[in-house]
Amino acid sequence: MSSKMSAKNVSVSYGPFQALHDVTLDFEANKITALIGPSGCGKSTFLRSLNRINETERDTRIEGTITLNGENIFDIDVTEIRRRVGMVFQRPNPFPKSIFDNVAYGPKINGMLTGTTAEEAVESSLRRAALWDEVKDKLHDSAYALSGGQQQRLCIARALAVNPEVLLFDEPCSALDPIATARIEDLLVGLKEHCTMVIVTHNMQQAARVADDTGFFLLGKLIEHDKTDLIFKNPSKRETEDYITGRFG
Amino acid sequence: MGKLAAGVTRLFAISILAITLLLVIQLWLHSYEARQKFGLGFLTSTLWNPVTDEFGALPFLYGTVITSFLALLIAVPLGVGAAIFLAELTGPKLSETLTFLVELLAAVPSVIFGLLAIFTLVPFMRNYVQPGLQRVTGGIAIFSGHPYGVGYLTAGVILAVMTFPFIISVSREALLAVPREQREAALAVGATQWEATWDAVIPFARLGIIGSIFLALARALGETMAVTMVIGNNPSIRASLFAPGYTIASVIANEFTEATGDVYLAALVELGLVLFALTIIINGLAQLLIRVTTKR
Amino acid sequence: MTRRAIVNKLMFALCGLAAFLTVSTLFLILAYLVYNGGTSISLDFFTKLPGPSGHPGGMANAILGSAEIIFFAAVIGLPIGFFSGIYLAESADPWLPAIVRYTADLLNGVPSIVIGIVVWTVMVVPLHHFSALAGGVALSLMLIPITARSTERFLLQVPRELREGALALGADKWRTTATVIVPAARRGIVTGMILGIARISGETAPLLFTSLNNEYWSAGFKEPTASLPVMIYTHAVSPYADWHRQAWAAGLVLLGLVLVGNITARMVLTQGAKRS
Ligand SMILES: Nc1ncnc2c1ncn2[C@@H]1O[C@H](COP(=O)(O)OP(=O)(O)OP(=O)(O)O)[C@@H](O)[C@H]1O
Ligand SMILES: [Mg+2]
Repeated sequence: MSSKMSAKNVSVSYGPFQALHDVTLDFEANKITALIGPSGCGKSTFLRSLNRINETERDTRIEGTITLNGENIFDIDVTEIRRRVGMVFQRPNPFPKSIFDNVAYGPKINGMLTGTTAEEAVESSLRRAALWDEVKDKLHDSAYALSGGQQQRLCIARALAVNPEVLLFDEPCSALDPIATARIEDLLVGLKEHCTMVIVTHNMQQAARVADDTGFFLLGKLIEHDKTDLIFKNPSKRETEDYITGRFG
Repeated sequence: MGKLAAGVTRLFAISILAITLLLVIQLWLHSYEARQKFGLGFLTSTLWNPVTDEFGALPFLYGTVITSFLALLIAVPLGVGAAIFLAELTGPKLSETLTFLVELLAAVPSVIFGLLAIFTLVPFMRNYVQPGLQRVTGGIAIFSGHPYGVGYLTAGVILAVMTFPFIISVSREALLAVPREQREAALAVGATQWEATWDAVIPFARLGIIGSIFLALARALGETMAVTMVIGNNPSIRASLFAPGYTIASVIANEFTEATGDVYLAALVELGLVLFALTIIINGLAQLLIRVTTKR
Repeated sequence: MTRRAIVNKLMFALCGLAAFLTVSTLFLILAYLVYNGGTSISLDFFTKLPGPSGHPGGMANAILGSAEIIFFAAVIGLPIGFFSGIYLAESADPWLPAIVRYTADLLNGVPSIVIGIVVWTVMVVPLHHFSALAGGVALSLMLIPITARSTERFLLQVPRELREGALALGADKWRTTATVIVPAARRGIVTGMILGIARISGETAPLLFTSLNNEYWSAGFKEPTASLPVMIYTHAVSPYADWHRQAWAAGLVLLGLVLVGNITARMVLTQGAKRS
């Protein structure tokens, strides 16, 4: 069993406020890990540490080590780490450009278009994001003309276009209806052959449906981390059980 | 009681409409003799001769447009650059402080810019900038002629200084209104901070930035005192940016109280009408653009 | 470093430079005015009338004249602007507020020289006199839209709970406005008014054809009246070195007043924020 990414004793503070305490967690290659827990418990903070996008925030301090393939991510160039560890956000956030330009953006700036044309890169990413058939005739329309669910899949295609090794999702379905949500969940499971994924979600059924492993956070601490069915059927900690049975707080 | 209060405040608000209407009507009525005599030819004639009562607006239109264009050429890169710095690169504290200083710069009266320009900018342009440009470019047409110091270029420079505070404060607000997920989306595919700013943040804020530029343009077109003090007061059309020229606002400022004869006065009022129309159109566009971006 | 990393650093350095240049312009202006104006200011400047070259005297009449003109502008412009601002913030009318708001922004952008022309046509021509009152009217036309929009802005910032609290007690809408909302927004409103006054006090162009100028004490508010901005202009474009020094002194005084106005306004606002 190989871990793609691992966090060791990670603590994060925003100014004087410590949001994350000493989290240690491994992510297995080509698996999906779900992070669950009540609002404000530090899930996003942890997720945003994994591609160092937290650093754009002022006064953020990260301690501990995070490795990608055994290499410390803080030793790698920050743009490089963000290319290799992609991210999809809570609200669909396409650029105010065409569908094509949205997807082509990453490969273009990273100089990845040697050998393939932009058209090929865009098509393959859109196919992997299960969006190709819906947009192939309007690639040059504005991305804002798509529905919310389509926009979110476009954002996934945009992230996939730079061939990330790990993909982070921060509540990717919370702004979508159930049908669009189901499509994205199918998509995630299908993407496992391409990359390792971490997904923050408030939806326990969603975690149960898509995730191989699940970690439960509470008040900035990782309480428990295990195979998803174990977490849901037989949690070893009292707090976890209270949370997943809805008896929490 | 409630009805009365509503009615009274409505009356005051309507007075704003009335004032604006009054401006239009008075400018229209008092430019009658000139409109009657010259028709639309007023806008295309280059003649300005109070002795023979022949008046044309073109030299002034030209000077107004050229100086404003030069001002934007300088002020847009500086202003947008500074706005990016304030919105993207500094912490909120420093950004607020610097923005306050920029607002103070915007509050400096026009006549004080003019005062400084006469005694510092004009000699500086005459002794260093203009000869320097002539040496570097070999004296091409737009930089030809005697370097007087006063003229289109100097007026453009002082207008640039006076307009970039507007570009900065409006653009900064447009940039700050961009949702942070836009920036993060670019960063998350491996963009550098500058690439995220240029490719994601600026396109998102572009309408607001363009709005700020229009706003600055409208200010520059109507700016009077500082320009009047350095433009050179010469009603002719010259290709050289070093040549003394004239703008609509400055010819009004200089000649209005001395104008003798109804046609002469009416011609000056008609210039005012032209200036009014120009700034209303450009401001109208600017306000629309700014409204669209801040609403979204 | 890669090319991208270099571009990143370079562009941000350029942006920083642009910001630095902009802000340093302000300090350059201040330093130059203090240097040139400071050495020309004396007690005479505040107490004597201007004289011919060789006996430059002071600008007492212009200081008084400016005060008079600004007083008229404030008396006319502030109430109209204030009540219009209340209308813009509080009225439930369907489309009129949007039109008035847009028009106010346009009026605010009308070149001040154009306002000068129009006030000349409606006041100077019929009354056959340039006058302090005409100057005040011209400046008030600039003050109205500024005050209206800033009053509106600060009224809209009053928290909804406060408004609803008063309404829940059974007060009607306009009583709530008068007794709760306007008092809650008063610091902001005053700030806007001070900023407006500071803005118009430096205006020159609208005064050129309305209050004109005067070498002596004005004989009354219906007579041509000297003002600091116009004095700066006439002295600066004159050929006399001693008049130039008078212009510098007047410039320093005027800029000082404008900046004090701006900083006071800022303090009124931040003090209020601290207290609440
Ligand atoms: N930029 C920031 N500055 C200061 N505090 C922050 C910042 N971002 C988050 N926090 C705080 O850190 C804690 C953890 O926030 P985080 O966003 O990680 O929670 P979360 O588990 O993702 O919550 P949610 O489920 O609501 O998204 C919260 O108490 C939050 O207020
Ligand atoms: Mg979160």
